[in-house]
Amino acid sequence: MSRTETFERGIHPQYHKELTAERSTVQAALPKRVLIPLSQHIGAPAAAIVAIGDEVRTGQLIGESAGFVSSPVHSSVSGKVIAIADFPLSSGKQGPCIVIESDGQDTYSDFQEHPDYMNLDPEKIKEIVKNAGIVGLGGAAFPTGVKLSPPKEKLIDAIIINGAECEPYLTADHRLMVEKPAEIVEGLKLLMKTLGVSEGYIGIEENKPDAIAAMEKAVSGQPIEVHALEVKYPQGAEKMLIKAIKDREVPARGLPMDVGIVVQNVGTALAVYEAVRYGKPLIERVVTITGDGIKEPGNMMVRVGTLISDVISQCGGLKEGAVKVIAGGPMMGFAQWTLDVPVVKGTSGILVMSSDEYVSSESYSPCIRCGRCIDVCPMGLNPSMLSILSEKEFFEQTGEYNLFDCFECGSCAYVCPSKRPMVQFMRLAKSQSKP
Amino acid sequence: MAVKNKENKLIVSVSPHVRDGESVGRIMWSVNLALLPAFIMAVYYFGPRAVYVTGLSILAAVLTEHFFQKGIGRPSTIHDGSAVLTGLLLGLNLPASVPFYIPIAGSFFVITIVKMLFGGLGYNVFNPALMGRAFLLITWPKAMTIWYEPTAKFVGMDATTTATPLGVLKEEGLPKLIQMFGDKSDMYLGMLSGNTAGSLGETSALALLVGALFLMARRYITWHIPVSFLGTVALFAWVFGGEGFFNGDPLIHVLSGGLFLGAFFMATDYVTCPTVRKGQIIFGIGCGAITMLIRLWGGFPEGVMFAVLLMNCFAPLIDRSVKPELFGAVKEQKQ
Repeated sequence: MSRTETFERGIHPQYHKELTAERSTVQAALPKRVLIPLSQHIGAPAAAIVAIGDEVRTGQLIGESAGFVSSPVHSSVSGKVIAIADFPLSSGKQGPCIVIESDGQDTYSDFQEHPDYMNLDPEKIKEIVKNAGIVGLGGAAFPTGVKLSPPKEKLIDAIIINGAECEPYLTADHRLMVEKPAEIVEGLKLLMKTLGVSEGYIGIEENKPDAIAAMEKAVSGQPIEVHALEVKYPQGAEKMLIKAIKDREVPARGLPMDVGIVVQNVGTALAVYEAVRYGKPLIERVVTITGDGIKEPGNMMVRVGTLISDVISQCGGLKEGAVKVIAGGPMMGFAQWTLDVPVVKGTSGILVMSSDEYVSSESYSPCIRCGRCIDVCPMGLNPSMLSILSEKEFFEQTGEYNLFDCFECGSCAYVCPSKRPMVQFMRLAKSQSKP
Repeated sequence: MAVKNKENKLIVSVSPHVRDGESVGRIMWSVNLALLPAFIMAVYYFGPRAVYVTGLSILAAVLTEHFFQKGIGRPSTIHDGSAVLTGLLLGLNLPASVPFYIPIAGSFFVITIVKMLFGGLGYNVFNPALMGRAFLLITWPKAMTIWYEPTAKFVGMDATTTATPLGVLKEEGLPKLIQMFGDKSDMYLGMLSGNTAGSLGETSALALLVGALFLMARRYITWHIPVSFLGTVALFAWVFGGEGFFNGDPLIHVLSGGLFLGAFFMATDYVTCPTVRKGQIIFGIGCGAITMLIRLWGGFPEGVMFAVLLMNCFAPLIDRSVKPELFGAVKEQKQ
């Protein structure tokens, strides 16, 4: 194992991972009804290919990929399509969903297995990954197939598996690495074969020694290195991870492939393995259900489309005094208005905050220009200035301060003594100006 | 910025959903606390008048801010400690000898004109305390330049008057200044401890340094402005401060006058200095250079106040020209 690596700036929030870090992943009960959004990924929404009344099986394709940057969706239960309509989603938006009533049988569609998966042609692997609806499971949900098809002029020489899991509270990736290290490594090897690279890396924050040990053991004898990373947010952001492990700086507004690297989440690597080896599409994922406001925190394998309310009730329900439910982690997750929204491919956690954990964000005061946000911004921006320009609606000037390099990690807001809604200011400015 | 769903009682607000415990109030009260050693030394050397003068300026600052905000229908923000800080800094910038109306007039002026009319905390262009001192110096030039001897005795209010070290240096030269203290090491010791004439809070370099180190340990201020400011003053003093070139005594200029108070507590005022660290170094160098231009060749013996106020004007420009280093900034392509 090599030395602890990291990037510049960033923050050290309280991690609270002890709530669920030791809890093994349990299979969630089969949902009675699932709401499967046609858009669970970055890019064009999938196009529905089933109609109301159709019988479907678990794993059956129900929405087709609609473009290069897009992803198909599959039914996560067997049963009957009862509605196709817009429903509220965990992102705070509304979107079209296919609603399927489970028949309780969980009858799988026929999966094409490949026991000799390591001998498959790279093009074939790519095709399987695309057709399995695999997207980045770290949260951003970028279609994995696209990452595996870089333009010819971009030479990729390394793949990094992201096991940093720098969001406080979340332990889904942690549990996967402890419970399925061999499968993750097989997934990584498939990815390496597809892109024709010989270097593989797995980056893990050093607060997960059991995960580091498990992965070290699983990679022994292979051209794959496990790197322990400093515990610092946002260590798991692609650009920060690449800087930490390979000391390469992705150009501003560029992509990891510009420096010859592809980054995939540990969950994604596992999904790749399961899709190629067993023909299993992405219909379930590990979700960390945590926070002081939930009765029985834990890690659960949840079918995509299961309602958050359903998952919460399986974890004993909300405690008295639960005030906020967040899809994702506390730094970048979305607070929920209603709990009748589905778990999607990108849902890494359900965080229920108690009134003790809740930090009031009702009011804020003017920027006192203390510069703390500048000291922590991992992208080297001036969030103070950007927030003031956005607040005063001088949107056209924000370009001069590289607004569009902000990836909304929230570090600036975390340290702001005036409690300013920094991420909100950034989003507002982005919506009002052109990159 | 947060809404609550009345049915399920859930609160919705934008990410992030956790924050560190820092607040404007905690920062401001910490700076007040950091000035406590300097205040104690002021009381030690100048007696009850130190309490009287700073007390009046703090009281006037707090009351002015409170009633100004009430008057325009805004919630009072006096609990955030920034009005107290302005009053305290202004008080520490005044001679012990001033009549009661000077701290009151100064605080009233800075809170209304310099702070609130510009929009309140966060929007003022100039350092309030220094603007107050400048205002008072111009309005009551005589009263603002009567310096009491630091008696270190808690006796009557009418101590003997004397000149400040920088005043002596300007009018009568270095030998006279050393003679005042006895010898050179006594002079440095006097300047470190605060046993010299000057504004209440500026004389004890050591007490100010203790407070400044506390602020640095808490990371409320960084080295960038103080070090570049002090360094530039020392450099100028060494090169131009003696007979001929490279013959001056940097220590005299660094330890005397309002430099420590200015460099650690006023040039570092968040609102009126650049936010980007590299820019802060430029700001500090500018402050140091202007200070020495005034001290060596200007009409006043001391230049810290005007130097910081002048550089305050440049802070927005510096922030616009000196940006933090963007992650992945594309390096200049070779043609």
